[in-house]
Amino acid sequence: MAKITLDNLAHSYLPNPKSEDDFALKELNHDWVDGEAYALLGASGCGKSTLLNIISGLLHPSQGRILFNDRDVTHEPTTQRNIAQVFQFPVVYDTMTVRDNLAFPLRNRGADAAYVAERVQQIATMIGMEDMLNRKARGLTADAKQKISLGRGMVREDVNALLFDEPLTVIDPHMKWELRTQLKSLHHEFGHTMIYVTHDQTEALTFADKVVVMYDGRVVQMGTPQELFETPQHTFVGYFIGSPGMNVLDASVTGDKAVIDGTEISLGQGFGTPTGKVEVGVRPEFTTLASGDVGLPVTVKRVEDVGRHKIVRTDFKGTAINVIAEEGAEISPDMNRIVFDPAGVNVYSNSWRVAPQGA
Amino acid sequence: MNKTVNQKAWFLVLPVLLLVAFSAVIPLMTVVNYSVQDAFAGDFYPLDDKLEWFKQMLESERMWDALGRQVAFSAIILAIEIPLGIFVALNMPKRGFWASLCLVLMSLPLLIPWNVVGTIWQIFGRVDIGLLGYTLAALGIDYNYTQDFYAAWVTVIIMDVWHWTSLVALLAYAGLQSIPDAYYQAAKIDQASRWKVFRYIELPKMMGVLMIAILLRFMDSFMIYTEPFVVTGGGPGNSTTFLSIDLVKMALGQFDLGPAAAFSIMYYLVILLISYVFYTVMTNLDKRDGH
Repeated sequence: MAKITLDNLAHSYLPNPKSEDDFALKELNHDWVDGEAYALLGASGCGKSTLLNIISGLLHPSQGRILFNDRDVTHEPTTQRNIAQVFQFPVVYDTMTVRDNLAFPLRNRGADAAYVAERVQQIATMIGMEDMLNRKARGLTADAKQKISLGRGMVREDVNALLFDEPLTVIDPHMKWELRTQLKSLHHEFGHTMIYVTHDQTEALTFADKVVVMYDGRVVQMGTPQELFETPQHTFVGYFIGSPGMNVLDASVTGDKAVIDGTEISLGQGFGTPTGKVEVGVRPEFTTLASGDVGLPVTVKRVEDVGRHKIVRTDFKGTAINVIAEEGAEISPDMNRIVFDPAGVNVYSNSWRVAPQGA
Repeated sequence: MNKTVNQKAWFLVLPVLLLVAFSAVIPLMTVVNYSVQDAFAGDFYPLDDKLEWFKQMLESERMWDALGRQVAFSAIILAIEIPLGIFVALNMPKRGFWASLCLVLMSLPLLIPWNVVGTIWQIFGRVDIGLLGYTLAALGIDYNYTQDFYAAWVTVIIMDVWHWTSLVALLAYAGLQSIPDAYYQAAKIDQASRWKVFRYIELPKMMGVLMIAILLRFMDSFMIYTEPFVVTGGGPGNSTTFLSIDLVKMALGQFDLGPAAAFSIMYYLVILLISYVFYTVMTNLDKRDGH
């Protein structure tokens, strides 16, 4: 178990990167605190797996250093870093039994046979495969194989960190839930530093203490699920997290007033005079549909009843705005205005959040 | 799907049947015909005991000796070519210019016709003008494949290794290329040693192609004729007279068509049997891979 420090880290798959665009992972300084569970969230190709592979040593970074507990491991090979990593697709040793598969990392470290047997039994119970221990791994289903991969990742107690690279992609939905819960309880029990890569926000938000959102090779925000929800630092975080994502509208902002395509709305807080490309972001949860003549004029396109609430899809001069209405709420034909709750309004300049300056 | 009975469908098989009849069955039956009669100067005389030639061949010390040499030869070249081929494949570059260059260089011996390979080594090993033979002689090593039993065997074996190890290497290489990177990464994460990576990842993944390599090399070496015939002509004495060479001597050299035909049929059956065993083992391997 260790604190992992990324110092000035960046990586490019090209031999001679010229501009910043050539970097799959842009310069990054970050501490992964010992014993915390992190989720690394982002769309495919945003550099999540690159970062993970650099930490485990499978990739050598183009620049910067990696430190485990302040010890520089940048040039150490994977085998010496004592890291566990589970990949997206199952990797099992076909010719071995399930038991030998689980015992493999321990035996490679020369662990004592009695300890190996005990530990394998524990892990088998955890992944629910006690009755399959003597079977050959060849010919098992994909999700059984992935459970073995997970088990192999968790079998060593002394690892510096546990890395998961979208490990539940091939697993059944109900098993997914169960395994995620087990990973969480494992984390509580042993306190490993865990980094969990995913593009599924539910997975990230339920698993981790801290969620790290990546976009285009850069970490755009790191925070608790609540922070990501209430104050997205980047418009990408806004619409990537949440279902549906945040409504983002072009606007011009002066002080506590915003003009969105000719309609002035009050923001409740002052934002100065942000420059660049200014946008206003409001989550559907803070948006309400109203009648009368206050707010943005919209046309209701569709109402989707998802059970717990209704999602109202509206159109504001060609831009879609989503509204979340309570399950019991009446949607009448004269409701053609949208009102934002000032508590949920964020202002963005060039996609980055502008901090409010008070009323 | 519902299948209806339609006996006329058999007619669809007819063209293949005809083709196989002309390409395999009829020539084979000619051999069978020879094997149960006494052919002499173009005439056939019936045998009292139809199986006489078979019995004679089974009691023939000469045939058993040739079979013994044949088995020894196949075993030795397999024992060298398979591990060597795997070793070469493991050390080949995985991608890029050098990988392509290696592939081209390795395929070269495979493209050379058998009798040319024989001729190359026949000249290469000659003590008077061959580079190898002359050099060895100059170093004071007594090497003469036309007179010495060991020299003849070593030459024939090295020639086969030179000619065919590439095939094993290329097949093993193809097997290795099909292993996803994740396996090697997982092995690093699991802190597996190089030997364990080979034993638990590379070897199992290569098993399928290796079985094909073993089968091909076994069949080819078991039927080998041209190369040793060109180099040693089966000598010195009978020391490199393998089954095919012996068969040709018997059929064309001595015109013992009956015994040679009986010999051919047994030779054929042995090969068929071994192929069947290989086929069964291979399909079982596939099944164990499980779906």
